[in-house]
Amino acid sequence: MKALFWRELKLSSQVGGGMLTGVLFFLTIVAVMPFAIGPDLKLLARIGPAVLWTGALLASLLGLDRLFQQEREDGSLDILLMQETPPALLVFVKAFAHWVANGLPLVLAVPIFGIILNMSPIGIGATMLTLAVGTPAITFIGAVGAAVTVSLPRGGLLLSILVLPLTVPILIFGVTAINGAVEDPAPFLPPFMILCALTLFFSALGSLAAGWVLKQSTD
Amino acid sequence: MKLNVENLSANRGEQTIFAHISFQLTAGDALIVTGTNGSGKSTLLRVIAGLLPNFSGNMAIEGGIEDKPIAEYCHYLGHQNALKPTMSVAENLLFWQHHCGTPDLEITEALQKIDLAGTYDIPIAYLSAGQKRRIAIARLLVTKRQIWLVDEPTAALDAKSEAMFSNLLQTHMASGGIVIAATHQPLGLKNTKNLDMDKHQVIPELLEDEYL
Amino acid sequence: MSETIIKQNTSIWDYANPTRFLGIADRIIPWLGGATILCIGLGLYLGFSAPEDYQQGSTVLIMFIHVPASWVAMMSYSVMTMSAIGTLVWRHPLADISLRAAAPIGAAFTFLGLLTGALWGKPMWGTYWVWDARLTSFLVLLIIYLGIIALAKAIEEPTTAARSLAIITLVGSINIPIIKFSVDWWNTLHQPASVSRLAKPAMDAVFLYPLLTMAVGFSLFFFTVHLMKMRNEILKRRIRTMKMTAARQAERG
Repeated sequence: MKALFWRELKLSSQVGGGMLTGVLFFLTIVAVMPFAIGPDLKLLARIGPAVLWTGALLASLLGLDRLFQQEREDGSLDILLMQETPPALLVFVKAFAHWVANGLPLVLAVPIFGIILNMSPIGIGATMLTLAVGTPAITFIGAVGAAVTVSLPRGGLLLSILVLPLTVPILIFGVTAINGAVEDPAPFLPPFMILCALTLFFSALGSLAAGWVLKQSTD
Repeated sequence: MKLNVENLSANRGEQTIFAHISFQLTAGDALIVTGTNGSGKSTLLRVIAGLLPNFSGNMAIEGGIEDKPIAEYCHYLGHQNALKPTMSVAENLLFWQHHCGTPDLEITEALQKIDLAGTYDIPIAYLSAGQKRRIAIARLLVTKRQIWLVDEPTAALDAKSEAMFSNLLQTHMASGGIVIAATHQPLGLKNTKNLDMDKHQVIPELLEDEYL
Repeated sequence: MSETIIKQNTSIWDYANPTRFLGIADRIIPWLGGATILCIGLGLYLGFSAPEDYQQGSTVLIMFIHVPASWVAMMSYSVMTMSAIGTLVWRHPLADISLRAAAPIGAAFTFLGLLTGALWGKPMWGTYWVWDARLTSFLVLLIIYLGIIALAKAIEEPTTAARSLAIITLVGSINIPIIKFSVDWWNTLHQPASVSRLAKPAMDAVFLYPLLTMAVGFSLFFFTVHLMKMRNEILKRRIRTMKMTAARQAERG
């Protein structure tokens, strides 16, 4: 399992500019927002968490379509599925490594993006925390989409369409938790705990579902 | 150890690819699967490898560990090489060695067997098609599996490498292994069993409502 | 094959072939490095011994990093633009190597410029960041730099990558004049240039001299690292070629 994890990490960092691309995409989304809505710092500070979450959500989906597709094209998937390792565990390890390579850099980039959106330090901290907890769920949901579209030539677009609606609850609770941390009357902990629960839930359900789909996909 | 296959039929989608295949292989046997294009050679190998769930009939290992799926006794060398172009030869082989359990030869030993000793840390992308195929063959050597399922193994190989591969197969059989090969070219093996897929075709009898 | 050999023999770029370049670089780098240390050392000394600004207090010291870093960030892009022209017109491999080598250094200086700007902006304007023309165009410069780096990493084959990189660099160079004149074209928070008014700089000599020394030091630093990176890139390509040759020769060995 460790071997699979490191291999996935290595592959993610080598292909297509690696980790840089995701963060850059994130940065571009964040940088474009003020052009669209105007450079009003107060407004930016208020919608900052929402902008960051939306950007991170979209950036998390990058590259997910290749998660299993590449393995399938070069024949590795067949051999991975023939081993003792249950497919669900395979999916879990691959998805987690994908998150470490692509999702974690997004979380770490938040302080910089938070500053240009004029967010408060508490807001930035809360955004980092909720993203760190919430983006794995996006990856795990995305893994199911990646497994379903594994044999489709232009699966990436379809994957986004399939996956984005499913990520709505994560987005809601993520942004609610940040607002709870920044504004006094609203609570932080309840939505944050729900976010944690969602991630745990999807890490199990997503792995099982994607593993099952992959097992059927070798036809 | 024995591999029993009884009355095996396989479908892909709605189509029956082949039907009623039975054979028995014991340690040291090789089965050469021949047949025209589309006769189901690859399908048969994939069914045995557990990659096609859509089949009927019986497959069983005699004298193995209980409840261990047949797939875990098998090495599968399909049309693709299962190698990552950006990673080096050693990284690729080490990964499969770690991931598939029961290591056999060291990477350097395996590379010597396929006459590519000098490629240890060269990225796969720099190798020629034939060299990549040989690295894929080396994958079978770095972990221990009794049954080798090889699909058109020599397609990209030159005469010298073909002979090398034939030797490897014979060594594997001599040490109690089983080989099932789907191939158009003779692999230079002696005392093999043969399976002609053309004799197991099903002419589809379409019922009238199936035309709808 | 023979065609390329003839071409190389008659090229005016002959003196700049990679092997020659490596030899020259090896000799120049220590001197450039030494000069860099001297200049930056002197600049820092002059900077710290400068009196506090009557308006800005000690924060004016940030200027000695901020302004040179921003200059070098733009200079680096100019070097890349010239390299891009070199790649497209003369197809000289060294031009591509120079472009690739300059990108990460330029990105680092751009980031440094933005960072020091933010730290300076907090006490001056009360905020780390505003979306004004100068800052935004500089952020765009950073994004362009990072995009070029990502592209360079994504295409493995150097010759294929060279043209794509050169064209993207040329297209991106439109941003440089925008950055330069943003403070004049749009009414922004960022102060206009106060050094380059040749007749009478709007800056006192006690600030001007350390600033210029630091600028020279930063530029020297850029060229030192640029040469070192170019040397690395050439060696990396040689390793790549050697590995490919080794793969082909593995048959005989």
